[in-house]
Amino acid sequence: MAIKDVLRGLASFSPGESLYRKIVTPEVEAAIEKIPKPVGSFGYDPWGYNENAVKVSLGVTKWLYDHYFRVTANGLENIPPNGRLLIIGNHSGQLPMDGVLLGTALATNPHGPRAARAMIERFFPTVPYLGNLLNSIGAVIGDPLNCAKMLESDEVIIVFPEGVRGSGKLYKDRYKLQRFGNGFMHLALTHKTPIIPVGIVGCEETMPAVANIAPLAKILGVPYVPVAPPFPLPARVHLNFGKPMQFKCNMESEDEVTALVEEVKTEIRRLIALGLEQRKEIY
Amino acid sequence: MAARPAAAKKTILVTGAAGSLAKRVIARLHGRYQVIAVDFRQKVETDANIPSYKVDLHKRGFEDIFRNHKIDAVIHIGRFFAHEQDRQRRYNANVLGTKKLLELCRKYFVKQVMIHSTYYVYGASPYNPALLDEDAPLKASEVTQDLVDSVELESLAQIYLWKYPELNITILRPCNVLGPGVRNSMSLLLSRGIAPVLLGFSPMMQFLHVDDMADAVVVAFEQNKPGIYNVAPEDWVAFQEAVTQSGCSKLPIPSIPPVLPKMWSNLLNWNAFFPPYLINYFKYPVIIDGRLFRDTFGWKPRRSLNDIFGYYRKSKLLAA
Repeated sequence: MAIKDVLRGLASFSPGESLYRKIVTPEVEAAIEKIPKPVGSFGYDPWGYNENAVKVSLGVTKWLYDHYFRVTANGLENIPPNGRLLIIGNHSGQLPMDGVLLGTALATNPHGPRAARAMIERFFPTVPYLGNLLNSIGAVIGDPLNCAKMLESDEVIIVFPEGVRGSGKLYKDRYKLQRFGNGFMHLALTHKTPIIPVGIVGCEETMPAVANIAPLAKILGVPYVPVAPPFPLPARVHLNFGKPMQFKCNMESEDEVTALVEEVKTEIRRLIALGLEQRKEIY
Repeated sequence: MAARPAAAKKTILVTGAAGSLAKRVIARLHGRYQVIAVDFRQKVETDANIPSYKVDLHKRGFEDIFRNHKIDAVIHIGRFFAHEQDRQRRYNANVLGTKKLLELCRKYFVKQVMIHSTYYVYGASPYNPALLDEDAPLKASEVTQDLVDSVELESLAQIYLWKYPELNITILRPCNVLGPGVRNSMSLLLSRGIAPVLLGFSPMMQFLHVDDMADAVVVAFEQNKPGIYNVAPEDWVAFQEAVTQSGCSKLPIPSIPPVLPKMWSNLLNWNAFFPPYLINYFKYPVIIDGRLFRDTFGWKPRRSLNDIFGYYRKSKLLAA
């Protein structure tokens, strides 16, 4: 009898629909509904963002956000519910988990969800499946024209001005900000875009690297090959969003821009210290 | 003396008159203007009062049309598609033919010229940002020699545009134009029951109904604001979604290494609808920004993507 039931159960097992419902919870569905993002008649935008793909990926990352990394987010009320925006944060943890968690925090923000865009390396579009997948959940290649057009159409862009200097650094250098590029400040000034600084604590501990195998990285054509755990460890993550910073400047010299970048850096340093203070246990 | 309305009408020469777009443009202009239809493929059957010629633009006979008619404006749509001719003949017809046409326009004091170009000129590359403006570099000849004629035709038109402002040249670069009667590669592909797609690649694309494109040509002609314009709707869809929506079954082709799909295309003689030189366009996006045209001419497409794909769906159902 029991075997019969199991067989019957197996016969009626259709993972597609029920799995989809488990991943795309009503909460996720409602958040996407509220995102103020114009898309075309088939749910796409010009960069390949696709509502259906975003729903599924947000379902997955929301689970990671709540149950794996157990994220605490403060200052979400500082994020304007609409209008162009740059989110500037510290980069760490070898894999861009910090970007994923930031995106999840923004998309499920109870004070007004936003679809955040991330800038990715130029080789991704040449990789089958992966390139399209990244595009469909909002990532685009980091081209200045893409940034400009996105800000002009009031999108939110996440930028880690440290780039691979930040994500690839070793565990011994954790929470030490690396050199910031000035690109994001030029964008903010040119397109009159407010900046939300964010301090990210916890991602350093997801993949502590003790060394970087530089020669192998060179052969593989990737920025770094860390000696680190093979997958992200479940460290608790604290996100602290600061108040919007709006800059004005005639941009007469690059030094002026660098000084403004320094202001943002100082604020991020403060937000990181705040996060480290809030953190009671690492894992 | 009675007025002579026929003589007061402007005379417009339309090339490529046998094509689906030119036919629609002629239908829209006919009556308000004196239209002259020219095609290099065949002598087009037209209404009684539309003179029609079969002539090669780069041959001598073409000038007779300018001698016999006082031509006020030219709408240059006629083009050999890459699948219609070999490279050399196509170059002669498209590039040298256009050169000849522009020379004649100067010689016979034509006051307005419209050139129908294509978004292909931007070239499909993984590094393309989306929403390319008209001043983006034209990289198509980097992709393949088979598109050199499209780029050179454009460059020629641009030289004339800056050098001879009295010609009032307008260059239109439309996205994929589709619809009844359209015989470009994309339209032939979506008309098929089984359409090849590249495994793991589904670039964003833009599509325009041929009726909307005809409206765009006419509106740009009548307002006469010389320059270069992208023509595209504010709507986007992934290529493989377009294939599905058009009622095609997908035939996935291995995409790596890049020579593989080109080999398949050559081997199976898919030159008409999936030609080797367009493989990159099925792989990487070329999304153009059509804002300038839409704002300058107050034009908006009236048919949706679903209307466009619906045509291909229905024609398959009818054929079945």
